Amino acid sequence: MTGLFAEIQAVAGRYPEPKSAVLPALRLAQEHYGHLTPEALREVASALGTTPAYCRGIASFYDMFHLAPVGEHMIDVCTNASCALVGAAQVLEAFERELGIRAGETTPDGRITLRSAECLGGCGSGTVVSIDERYRQPVKPEDVPAIVEELRRG
Amino acid sequence: MAKAKHPILVLAGAEQGDLRALEDYRRAGGYASLEKARKLGPGATLEQIKQAAVRGRGGAGFQMGQKASFLPSPGQAKSPIYLVVNADESEPGAFKDREIINRVPHRLIEGIQIAALAIGAERCFVYIRGEYLSEYEVLSAALAEAEAAKLVSVPILVHRGAGAYICGEETALLESLEGKRGQPRSKPPFPALVGLYNSPTLINNVETIATVPKVIELGGEAYAKIGVKDSTGTRVFSLSGDVVRGGNYELPHGTSFRELIYDCGGGIAAGRKLKAIIPGGSSSPVLPADQVDLSMDFDSVQKAGSFLGSASVIVIDERACMVQLALRIGQFYMNESCGKCTPCREGTRWIEMILRKIEQGRASHAELDLLADVCDRVLGKCLCALGDSDAMAVASYVKHFRAEFEAHIEQGGCPYGDTSSLAGVRSPVDEIYRGRIGQEAAL
Ligand SMILES: Cc1cc2nc3c(=O)[nH]c(=O)nc-3n(C[C@H](O)[C@H](O)[C@H](O)COP(=O)(O)O)c2cc1C
Ligand code: SF4
Repeated sequence: MTGLFAEIQAVAGRYPEPKSAVLPALRLAQEHYGHLTPEALREVASALGTTPAYCRGIASFYDMFHLAPVGEHMIDVCTNASCALVGAAQVLEAFERELGIRAGETTPDGRITLRSAECLGGCGSGTVVSIDERYRQPVKPEDVPAIVEELRRG
Repeated sequence: MAKAKHPILVLAGAEQGDLRALEDYRRAGGYASLEKARKLGPGATLEQIKQAAVRGRGGAGFQMGQKASFLPSPGQAKSPIYLVVNADESEPGAFKDREIINRVPHRLIEGIQIAALAIGAERCFVYIRGEYLSEYEVLSAALAEAEAAKLVSVPILVHRGAGAYICGEETALLESLEGKRGQPRSKPPFPALVGLYNSPTLINNVETIATVPKVIELGGEAYAKIGVKDSTGTRVFSLSGDVVRGGNYELPHGTSFRELIYDCGGGIAAGRKLKAIIPGGSSSPVLPADQVDLSMDFDSVQKAGSFLGSASVIVIDERACMVQLALRIGQFYMNESCGKCTPCREGTRWIEMILRKIEQGRASHAELDLLADVCDRVLGKCLCALGDSDAMAVASYVKHFRAEFEAHIEQGGCPYGDTSSLAGVRSPVDEIYRGRIGQEAAL
């Protein structure tokens, strides 16, 4: 039994029904494996007493789970209405220029994935950018080179 | 014009800085309402909430006390009663719950404990959107402190979502919390009778619950005197878009859009003209600029043809191409449609496709009529309000800004060209279409 297996079972114990823990369990597995590999899904399934296909069906429903490899760093740029009005398109383009990839892609070295995101809930000072689940706001196009530099170094 | 000072209730005490530490919250009078509610007992506490006539802050505006009274009494319930707090906040334009959690997490916890006491709940859950990692940490830390101080008698579990707007819909949220795909259930039965694990469940928004301590402190009747008739109390308005000082402003219901946008928000930069206002998040129909003096309360906004919804006010100035804006909003709903019911699954795609054609100048006048027809076919025919939101919102852009849609058709492209504030606007849907995240999209 791996540490992950035990960790998932411990989380499941906090819920009235173990299956409720599928989101935290998938999150733990994703942190462990980088993305949700078949092995990761099998492990979650057996720790929760369900099937890998069930877990895959859940994972595919939610944006924060990755069934395919993604970069070590994840950049989500909000492009929804409030951010769009204050220049999100230019911020996204600045990231694309700096990284040399389009939104939806990962840099060839596998370091950084860039995505355009739906509203992140920081609309009062856009553009909102979430980097590895931490918000930066407001981000202007001129801030982008330094952010990318920081990620490349880190 | 100088105005009388507005009462600050939900964010009270946090004017100078965040009120995260238990000690600070207590110094500001925190947890006194919980003590008061314990003395009042469940029945009298619920009565205060009813008298306050607090309408839900999550979108639909249903009275909290009324919803709570649909629950069986703890003695009659055959299974445990649950309280679920909706902290999924994903409606474009909304960021107030995040602010409440960051600045006054204990007020939410206190509200949960009072509400749980009032309805006889056995356990409480907070479903927080997955992207709010920092907020999850703030809330968890506050909860640990409150537990250590023995302030939490009904256990609270904070559960993180994983990125799906639809999980904000209350029955989708319950499905998700049960470990399923977040797809809405058909109603009835309503969650008050058949909710989490088929048990009676009260679901309320973060702000609704965070209002409860002040209701108990002031008393229901006194609380109901704040605001306007049928929209009592204050509201944390999320102000964003083309405005100098975006942010959250707590103001009484009945304040005008003008006061919020110009007095609080400092108006629009460079003296640009107001073009339109989205009053309650992207799902609420857009209002033209001439509605700026409208009162921000549920009924007034509804009379004007829209909804106060989550009170997320998006300001749009004269530079915006309304076709681009409608398209971006249409893309959002298409992207977030869970696919469970046909009118929404098909309709959101059709709406997006026609809007895209119009925006690119490839559509005919007949297709503009088709757009209205599709919206009509979606409206009122969906399992949950997501499909309706798309149809109503998009139809409102066509209704108020039809000339811009026609100009795209006639000129074969955007009349604003590069001068639109939304020029080059993108969406996650573009990536799926281009097949760049094809691997993920295909899964
Ligand atoms: C598509 C959709 C998304 C929703 N998202 C949220 C949300 O993020 N937060 C929220 O509180 N309510 C949301 N709602 C409303 C909830 O279904 C529900 O009405 C609300 O949580 C009830 O709480 P309240 O009465 O305190 O407002 C959403 C509704 C729909 C149809
Ligand atoms: S209206 Fe849309 S989001 Fe709601 S249940 Fe139907 S398909 Fe799903």
